[in-house]
Amino acid sequence: MEHMISLFVRSIFVDNMIFAFFLGMCSYLAVSKNVKTALGLGIAVTFVLLVTVPVDYALQTYVLGPDAIVAGVDLTFLAFILFIAVIAGMVQLVEMIVERFSPSLYASLGIFLPLIAVNCAIMGASLFMQQRVTMEPTNAQFIGGFGDAIAYALGSGIGWLLAIVGLAAIREKMAYTDVPKPLQGLGITFITVGLMALAFMCFSGLNI
Amino acid sequence: MSKLFSDENKAAFTNPLNLNNPITVQVLGICSALAVTSQLKPAIVMGLSVTVITAFSNVIISLLRKTIPNRIRIIVQLVVVAALVTIVSQLLKAYVYDVSVQLSVYVGLIITNCILMGRLEAFAMQNGPWPSFLDGIGNGLGYAAILVIVGFVRELFGFGTLWGYPVIPKFLYEAGYQNNGMMVMPAMSLIIVGCVIWAHRAYNKEEK
Repeated sequence: MEHMISLFVRSIFVDNMIFAFFLGMCSYLAVSKNVKTALGLGIAVTFVLLVTVPVDYALQTYVLGPDAIVAGVDLTFLAFILFIAVIAGMVQLVEMIVERFSPSLYASLGIFLPLIAVNCAIMGASLFMQQRVTMEPTNAQFIGGFGDAIAYALGSGIGWLLAIVGLAAIREKMAYTDVPKPLQGLGITFITVGLMALAFMCFSGLNI
Repeated sequence: MSKLFSDENKAAFTNPLNLNNPITVQVLGICSALAVTSQLKPAIVMGLSVTVITAFSNVIISLLRKTIPNRIRIIVQLVVVAALVTIVSQLLKAYVYDVSVQLSVYVGLIITNCILMGRLEAFAMQNGPWPSFLDGIGNGLGYAAILVIVGFVRELFGFGTLWGYPVIPKFLYEAGYQNNGMMVMPAMSLIIVGCVIWAHRAYNKEEK
């Protein structure tokens, strides 16, 4: 339990998807123009993570890992194809749910909803999970069961949500500032994210 | 032969190198561009892997484009890309193991690299195999170029080395020069890419 809480807090602040690993940058930069849409996308990403990471964890442990199905057979190299199939399927599901219950959010997310399937944050979380399963149990990043996998997925999702809402808020304010012409839009956004990442780095010494 | 190198085909190859660069103009594939560029070597290996995968997935999808049903095209594209990435990842593990460890999950994340999906959707679905191949190579190299620039700056100022060899002369260190530890941190890659975009846009505006 203690390990789960530590994993959860660490994946929000220390191993933040955006600021430490730059995962999910494309939609992060493109959808962060206003807070409301950013919040919607953040919640969608968190939800998809919450489903895919435990499913991929089960796949990794019971199908792909060394000696999982047949003794002496290591199927880890199939991970990319299996993981992406799970993710694409889940995203389809989320898309249908959002379309049914919140058409306005569906319209404002537009193409970026199906693109969650190719959002690096989702695939990245599964691949990091695959890496962390093999770590020493004493390591703070170790994932050793479904509880850990869920804590990690939830933490990563909330970290991503926090980052995108923060950037959206800054960009809303920045619309009124005087930025040099060639730097406007993308350039200044990159530099803002860089400064935010520097700020988040002060969490890196956090020990829980 | 002349048809193979017509103006249109040449444009498909050269446009993404500068005017329509995947990173600075189309803002695709940012995640890996930021994460692997702390040194020159992983940056170049990553750039080449992406070039090869983009080119061949473009060719395969372009050959299949008339047979893929429209509704499931994303899944088909993902499967083709995932298969190619699996091959490249195994090759990297076999021949350049140290770099493959350094790149860690980012090789797998080529699957979700937006450049690939973007080019498959925007180009390979409408064009024949040969232009698609050139387009893939062009976009891959355009991506690699930015990676090399960022990797060069970060390794030179962060470690004082290039490709692992020390290049800053000793007397400078004796005179009080120090490696800039900031450059090694992930946050700086965002700021450098921001500056590259700034320079690129300022330069291209003059040209017009």
